[in-house]
Amino acid sequence: MTEILYGVFVGPFRDMAGSPAFLVEVLLGGVATGLMYSLVALGFVLIFKASGVFNFAQGVMVLFAALTLVGLMERGVPVAVALVMTMAVMVGLAFLIERVVLRPLVNQEAIILFMATIGLNFFLEGFGEMVWGANVKKLDVGIPDRSFIVAGVQINQLEMSAAATAAVLVAILAVFFQRTRIGRALRAVADDHEAALSIGIPLKTIWLIVWSVAGLVAIVAGIMWGAKSGVQFSLSLVALKALPVLILGGFTSVPGAIVGGLIVGVGEKLGEVYWGPLVGGAIENWFAYVIALVFLLFRPQGLFGERIIERV
Amino acid sequence: MTAEAAGPLLEVEGVSVRFGALLALSGVSLNVQRGEILAIIGPNGAGKTTLLNVISGFYHPYEGRILFEGRDRTRLSPPDVAELGVARTFQNVALFKGMSVLDNLMTGRLLKMGGHFLLDAIWWGPARRQELANRAFVERVIDFLEIQSIRKTPAGKLPYGLQKRVELGRALAAEPKLLLLDEPMAGMNVEEKEDMSRFILDVNGEFGTTIALIEHDMGVVMDISDRVAVLDYGRKIADGPPEHVRKDAAVLDAYLGAGHD
Repeated sequence: MTEILYGVFVGPFRDMAGSPAFLVEVLLGGVATGLMYSLVALGFVLIFKASGVFNFAQGVMVLFAALTLVGLMERGVPVAVALVMTMAVMVGLAFLIERVVLRPLVNQEAIILFMATIGLNFFLEGFGEMVWGANVKKLDVGIPDRSFIVAGVQINQLEMSAAATAAVLVAILAVFFQRTRIGRALRAVADDHEAALSIGIPLKTIWLIVWSVAGLVAIVAGIMWGAKSGVQFSLSLVALKALPVLILGGFTSVPGAIVGGLIVGVGEKLGEVYWGPLVGGAIENWFAYVIALVFLLFRPQGLFGERIIERV
Repeated sequence: MTAEAAGPLLEVEGVSVRFGALLALSGVSLNVQRGEILAIIGPNGAGKTTLLNVISGFYHPYEGRILFEGRDRTRLSPPDVAELGVARTFQNVALFKGMSVLDNLMTGRLLKMGGHFLLDAIWWGPARRQELANRAFVERVIDFLEIQSIRKTPAGKLPYGLQKRVELGRALAAEPKLLLLDEPMAGMNVEEKEDMSRFILDVNGEFGTTIALIEHDMGVVMDISDRVAVLDYGRKIADGPPEHVRKDAAVLDAYLGAGHD
């Protein structure tokens, strides 16, 4: 008994204090992973905020973006050109989704739109596999994957680049949503389609914009994840980790997606390294979902989400 | 009124709307004159809301035309209609519930804040000045509707009567040429109805806004409207000054049921 208590409450902290450099390494690793979760979660938040649609296909969009980029590069297209082409593909995809999926379903229940995105999910997965093949691909866009040591702490350049990219992206999106006229229009559309139409907000344009932006965010997420662990179909499973991140941060909050991602990323890394041995490891796999469950019980709107107000 | 102000603001010509086998409107013709308050009345299911939805572009008629300021705009979409200067409220209050009252009213100004959406996001300075100018106008609307004390409250938290008032405010913020109100007083108590009647008359009197409204409360209708049009089973059965319409035999039939078992 005392051994277990020691293992849970004392041992891990003694280990942390014993080797601060290692602790910092673990934390940095957690931050880097967390920011990547955040990038995927961001795509969800953007679409949910603007159209009230929970886009189940966001994870596959990340995969699809990465696949397209790698596929083009494998065929000898230079990185920069391939990147621009991938952006064009994602905007084109947004255009098609608005035309074929969203427009015929205007004013339907949220659950129907959700089902439509599940369909979209499977379509994109199959279509991507058909066009680009199912084997694991290596993605190298020229971000060096070297490690160097600063003050006894090992730092990975790729992870740091990912973190910096995520930070810049978030800053841009935050300004976009909070400070501009279009941000208010986006929130209005999220709240009430009919009313938004009646005050002159063109729904089609708004949806095209958010799905395009979500597609571009998916490219960034795809590049970062792809560079780290190769482009493969399990990439779309990252989307599942984005769910607890969303529950934690709130479905409608851009900062929430970031903070949520960081908490999950850092939390699961710390848990794995320091408490993992107690239970034979694999804490990383379920930690996020336990946190999400706790939040669902006590604070369902998440850390930064808008309170759900409903009058009956 | 300016020189171009000749002819009716809105002309509905022989409009029919069909939902499957149901003929919701059949050959309805109706004019809205500049500067008037027109009430559209009729029993439940007479097609009043359908008519409003056709005017604001949510439905398109399968026959007939709609002219706004003399130009045909039968098949425009709701945002395009809004851009022409038509604002509306909804029977069941369609506010942006998560947003504050102030933000709700600001959305009404979206069309007045010109320029391109994306450019707006980048051109920091001009966008900001524009925001302030529009904010000033919205503050006037807030004063006018006497809702200063709730400007920061999320719209969804307000009592029903106030929500209706805020919805009117959002429509007014757009400075419409034509204001469409779908049962602006439904579910209100006497005091709230009096307030709302006063606001409607003031909007019409002070800003010269043309108003077409649907209302069930006959007392209110007779008090505030310049003209009354009566619909029954998708047809227009009467149209004229209130005192005229209240004595019309067809109208009495429709309301008292003489003609329909």
